[in-house]
Amino acid sequence: MTEKVGVYICHCGTNIAGPVDVEEVARWAKENLDGVVLARDYRFMCSSLGQELIQEDIKNEGLTRVVVAACSPHLHEKTFRTACSKIGLNPYLTQMASIREQVSWVTEDRAAATHKAKMMVAGAVRRVQLQEELQPTEVPVNPNTLVVGGGIAGIQAALELADAGHKVFMVEREPSIGGHMAQFDKTFPTLDCAACILTPKMSDVGLHENIELLSYAEVDSLSGFVGNFDVRVRKKARYIDEDACTGCGICIEKCPKKVVDEVFEAGLGYRKAVYRPFPQAIPKFPVIDRDTCIYFERGTCKACEKFCPTEAIDFEQTDTYLDLNVGNVIMATGYDLFDCGKIPQYGYGRLANVFTSLEFERLCNAAGPTEGHILLRDGVTEPKSVGIIHCVGSRDKQHHAYCSAVCCMSALKFGHLVMEKTGAEVYSFYIDMRPLHKNYEEFYDRLLQEGMHFIRGRVAEVTDAARLPGEDGKLIIQAEDTLIGKQRRIPVDMVILLGALQPRFDAKETGLKFGVSAGLDGWFTERHPKLDPVATMTDGVFIAGTCQGPKDIPDSVAQGAAAAARVQGMISKGTVLIEPIVATIEEARCSGCRICNTLCPFNAIEYLEDKAVSYINPALCKGCGTCVAACPAQAISGAHFTNDQIFAEMEGLLYDVIGSNGATVKSPQPALEPA
Amino acid sequence: MRYGYYPGCSLTGTARPYEVSTKAIAGPLGLTFEEVEDWNCCGATEYMSLNKTAAYALVARNLALAAGEDKPKDLVAPCSLCYLNLRKTNHYMAKYKSLGKMTNQALAAGGLHYTPGSLNVRHLIDVIVNDVGYEALGARVTRPLTGLRVAPYYGCLLVRPDLNGGSFDDTEYPTHLDRLMETLGAEVVDFPLKTHCCGGHMTQISAETAYELIRRLLHNAAEYRADLLVTLCPMCQFNLDAYQTQVNRHLGTDFHLPILYFTQMIGLAMGMEPKALAIGQEIVSAASVLRKIGTAVEVEEAPQTRRKRDDKSLPMPRIREG
Amino acid sequence: MSRSLGNKDDAFLNEVIEATPGGEALVTCLQCGTCGGSCPSGPDMDHTPRQLFQMINAGMRQEVLQSNAPWYCVTCYYCMTRCPKQIPITDLMYTLKRMAVRAKLYDDSDAPDWSSSFIGFVESYGRSFEFGLATRYHLTHSPLRKVGVGPMGLEMIVKDRMPLRPERIKGIDQLRTILDTAKSLEGV
Repeated sequence: MTEKVGVYICHCGTNIAGPVDVEEVARWAKENLDGVVLARDYRFMCSSLGQELIQEDIKNEGLTRVVVAACSPHLHEKTFRTACSKIGLNPYLTQMASIREQVSWVTEDRAAATHKAKMMVAGAVRRVQLQEELQPTEVPVNPNTLVVGGGIAGIQAALELADAGHKVFMVEREPSIGGHMAQFDKTFPTLDCAACILTPKMSDVGLHENIELLSYAEVDSLSGFVGNFDVRVRKKARYIDEDACTGCGICIEKCPKKVVDEVFEAGLGYRKAVYRPFPQAIPKFPVIDRDTCIYFERGTCKACEKFCPTEAIDFEQTDTYLDLNVGNVIMATGYDLFDCGKIPQYGYGRLANVFTSLEFERLCNAAGPTEGHILLRDGVTEPKSVGIIHCVGSRDKQHHAYCSAVCCMSALKFGHLVMEKTGAEVYSFYIDMRPLHKNYEEFYDRLLQEGMHFIRGRVAEVTDAARLPGEDGKLIIQAEDTLIGKQRRIPVDMVILLGALQPRFDAKETGLKFGVSAGLDGWFTERHPKLDPVATMTDGVFIAGTCQGPKDIPDSVAQGAAAAARVQGMISKGTVLIEPIVATIEEARCSGCRICNTLCPFNAIEYLEDKAVSYINPALCKGCGTCVAACPAQAISGAHFTNDQIFAEMEGLLYDVIGSNGATVKSPQPALEPA
Repeated sequence: MRYGYYPGCSLTGTARPYEVSTKAIAGPLGLTFEEVEDWNCCGATEYMSLNKTAAYALVARNLALAAGEDKPKDLVAPCSLCYLNLRKTNHYMAKYKSLGKMTNQALAAGGLHYTPGSLNVRHLIDVIVNDVGYEALGARVTRPLTGLRVAPYYGCLLVRPDLNGGSFDDTEYPTHLDRLMETLGAEVVDFPLKTHCCGGHMTQISAETAYELIRRLLHNAAEYRADLLVTLCPMCQFNLDAYQTQVNRHLGTDFHLPILYFTQMIGLAMGMEPKALAIGQEIVSAASVLRKIGTAVEVEEAPQTRRKRDDKSLPMPRIREG
Repeated sequence: MSRSLGNKDDAFLNEVIEATPGGEALVTCLQCGTCGGSCPSGPDMDHTPRQLFQMINAGMRQEVLQSNAPWYCVTCYYCMTRCPKQIPITDLMYTLKRMAVRAKLYDDSDAPDWSSSFIGFVESYGRSFEFGLATRYHLTHSPLRKVGVGPMGLEMIVKDRMPLRPERIKGIDQLRTILDTAKSLEGV
């Protein structure tokens, strides 16, 4: 039976019609290509009218195959497939020829462009006649969700899903949720106390019947596919029995080992070997840090055990593993702060009164090492002048080329807090001021009015080598005041470095675990930078918050909510359609060599011991074709990309060499005869 | 260990003490320096100011003469400016293909050719701290320089520019010379301006600018109670030493800081006589300072490891290695 | 990375870029001021390096080549090492010096003369000759202001650190051939 192929050449305005003679291509196709019963050219095939054109022809002319020569399938393959399926033609009986991206946008000569377009249409026409009807598989969606990371983005996502009545597992690496926001003192531009607005949400998470909080835990491995993931979570040993612990904190009081708290206090304060990161920690259970605990070091002490009123200390505890089933994963793993020691000329680590932004947050925070007093490193003296340096490690080809989005606003916030608490003079050294979002510009104006000094010049160095009067005993910030055009030296008591936000030190490994790729910068890659910021190329895995790129709290919350909404959508639908473009192994031909097993980038192929053949899981298979090409016995065929279809397309492309002779269009044949 | 050796113009004149002391310590340290046959001036900063390709060709002639099957792969320069010019030419000829091609075309007119990258250009201090090593050096110290407060002065061109990570030490806060002096037993004075510019040839063009730069360095070292400064560049030594009286006169200061080469210090610590190391040729005499060697050192209180009860100070950041 | 060379205002910019290895990075200058902030002789310059780059962008050929900034450059390379866009600033300073001299635009003759005197000796002997250079240069450039140089020079001679005779390399002709070829290849 011969097929009836309809060919549609899109003008795409002048994008295609400019370089390509579209009418000629349509005419040529109708006259020369076997199977073509009609060929049209039209201004915008993707428009409703364009789609209706195809639908009318299918209805009236009885088309059995459709070829649309237009833009890249990335953009409108779905559009045309849907248009056909709505009128009853299986969507996989369509084919696009990309004569825009691959012809009109890259070929200057009109004759050459028109010719190439014709060849590509010939290829598509030959191929489409060998294509078969395919049906997508519907798989159920597990209504549970895994949220990785308990910062503000993760918390938002978890609460939205939980409030909608769905079960959420939240895995958080630290002993408590809260993330970086819990370390801050105030937030810009409202100057809300960070803990005051965060802790209610943290409590909600802790108390929510639908959220199972797995703190001090990490995801060990993830397998499966959208709607159906298997997760193994490793709960690190707290050495505290959570069933017995009341959170009274006597163990912390009695612990004799004090160490510098590198994480929550940013290295500025101390904690004990058994500790809670901060007073409002959720969950309330402390953790014994194995690396610093005297008992684990020398086998003595055990003061915590002696004093615990409920016998909740358990030194014999081991890591435990949980196996979970979830339908979707939301990654909200956050960021790390740039190591300012990498820019030695700013003096961090060498000059005592140079602090990072996170350290300064701890100074300001009432629960911090100085009880909220802004003091110098001696812990006693108030600064009379403070310099704030922007772009430390950001916008710098030697470190991070990107802008960290939040530092300019942080500078304004810090300036305000310093002036409010100490009355000191504040100098901000910037390249550009970037108060971009709602009420941010007004906040900048407020600080100008409050008397903060702004000097446009990226700081060259911070030094304690005094040269001019007034510099003795101070830290001198040297920069070119570019708006004046002169080098200036500003002596200050304290310097705050606004370090870059950078991906977590283990972001790459984490990404690999979840099938999420990271860009050159190290931030997780979203599906589309403009139109799909929370989905990834792996169906069922979403990203939210700063792990996708530097952003402020409102944007992190919005992304957390967006990811939750996407998951919600899938849960309500109940099922998800898996594309049928998958590979299948013909058992009779499989010799069990297993070459394909290790080649599959999606771990979709397993070996069936009892049958001694390999098997491809159609839900995991993405149809990449690697195994199809690799199989030495040609036992694997890729649906919608069979050998016949590919060869037919090639024959079409070589039309002017082969012509319509010598290569006839084949009707769908059974598989190749066994060797 | 064999090395190609490019002394540079100043080692024959203003930096003669550097040449003498280098040759004096080379033997005991097992270093053989083979001087590049008929080497020419590297052009300092002046040649590049009025010429481009010719400036690179000027340097490349030396590279071409130093390279060869039977010649050492390492070319050592004791002068930081020569070191920079050789290193930069070596790097740029490879990185900027048309420049490399043109330079070789010029060399060809003189019957020479240089394949960029075929030599490793190294500074003398690099060879001493990395090839001889601190341990081996320490083992040879017979007269530790205890009693001396030494300010190690790096200058600019040893550590900058970075040239894609090829810099010998940190561009802002180098430590090799500090460590070297420590190995010799001296008390190292880590003064903040240790890699700031001495003014270079500005002494000839705009003396005021240069005097101020020199004054800053001397002032900072003096503030940190240094007895002397130790350098590894003839230009730096000349500026800080020969111009010290000019600076004192023009800016009303009263510095008496001898400026010695690190090779001279190594020689002293290895028990050699000052005269053999050309000590005595410096303008600001080092005699008084050298008398301090071996004198009693004030014993400093051991740093407190336990925090006092009322100590409110905040901990310093932990600097990560690498 | 391709740039259109059609814009007339860009002629000076393009010239500067082409004459400097790695000069293409100049167009990415953020005007952040790290160079001007780091420069040890910055306060003595009539324009900071950063200002010069903006002026080059604006096509201000005359003002740029008349600036004393490149001549005050001590080639400490702080600017180039710290520039967040990795612009080869020191090399650009060298380019501007060359262009200023060729265009005969730089008024103050001291710095260019010092360089050309130095070069004169290198091209005659193959090595520099401090004594000759200092004597010739200082005697012809405000000798009365250089009173201190005399005694200092004498001290250096006494301490045997100032050879009184130049040394000529054996391959001086070879060197001259190489240098002349290089200059003609560049078209200067």
